[in-house]
Amino acid sequence: MWFYEKKLQYPANVRRCDLGMAKFLFAQYGGPDSELSAAVRYLTQRYTMPIPQAKALLTDIGTEEMAHWEIIGTLIYKLTEDATPEQLRAAGLGDHFAQHDRALYPHDAAGVPWTAAYIQATGDPITDLHENMAAEQKARTTYEHLISLTDDDGVIATLSFLREREVVHFQRFGEALMLVKEHYEHKHIFY
Amino acid sequence: MYDRTMVEMLKELQAVEFAVYELALFLDTHPADRRAWEDHTRLVNKLKQLRRAFEDRFGPLSLDSESPFPYRYINDPWPWEIQY
Repeated sequence: MWFYEKKLQYPANVRRCDLGMAKFLFAQYGGPDSELSAAVRYLTQRYTMPIPQAKALLTDIGTEEMAHWEIIGTLIYKLTEDATPEQLRAAGLGDHFAQHDRALYPHDAAGVPWTAAYIQATGDPITDLHENMAAEQKARTTYEHLISLTDDDGVIATLSFLREREVVHFQRFGEALMLVKEHYEHKHIFY
Repeated sequence: MYDRTMVEMLKELQAVEFAVYELALFLDTHPADRRAWEDHTRLVNKLKQLRRAFEDRFGPLSLDSESPFPYRYINDPWPWEIQY
């Protein structure tokens, strides 16, 4: 089970209202390589991991992704909280406002709703860990695109932190993959 | 509302908690790394102290923290409402 901690993993500040940037940040709130996808992907795959290291890692990275989802939500909330409907419309968020006002809703930067089709859980730990490594790289790339779309140093600091986490998670998943492969190799020797 | 001391203490808590989390992920795949285990143990204890100091002053961070009466966990600001 989980207990909520009433704090962000990393501070999230914005210097000014920027609706265009809020729209782009939805990529990481409800897009294919979003923090939501990451959390659901790892917390779904963990049940069929064969070794303790991988069960622990998917649980803990999956949990950290929920904290990242909250950070992205905070950035979007802060970037949009003072906006009028007219300003939202001018920034391309008129469609969002019509259905959700200023509420957060898990869709991508173009308004496409989140779907479980963005993730896979095959029951094959080698396959699933490869998917996770690819997912971390895709998220890293998305963060680089997002960083290049803003000059707000508050937003850049937070996105840079999240980008670095993708790099670390990729490394840890790579280690888990090696450990799972070793596990299967040893098993064959003792058959 | 909240004061700057709260924000500064919160940032320190975030920094130490991050170090604990990072070491924990490392230990998931390196459970027999003694240096990482020592750092983790030391920082977990530091985090406990910082957390207690923060909660004594500014209220519960979690629903399994003790609260004064009336129940203070619900109080603003929530994490998305803070200027860090």
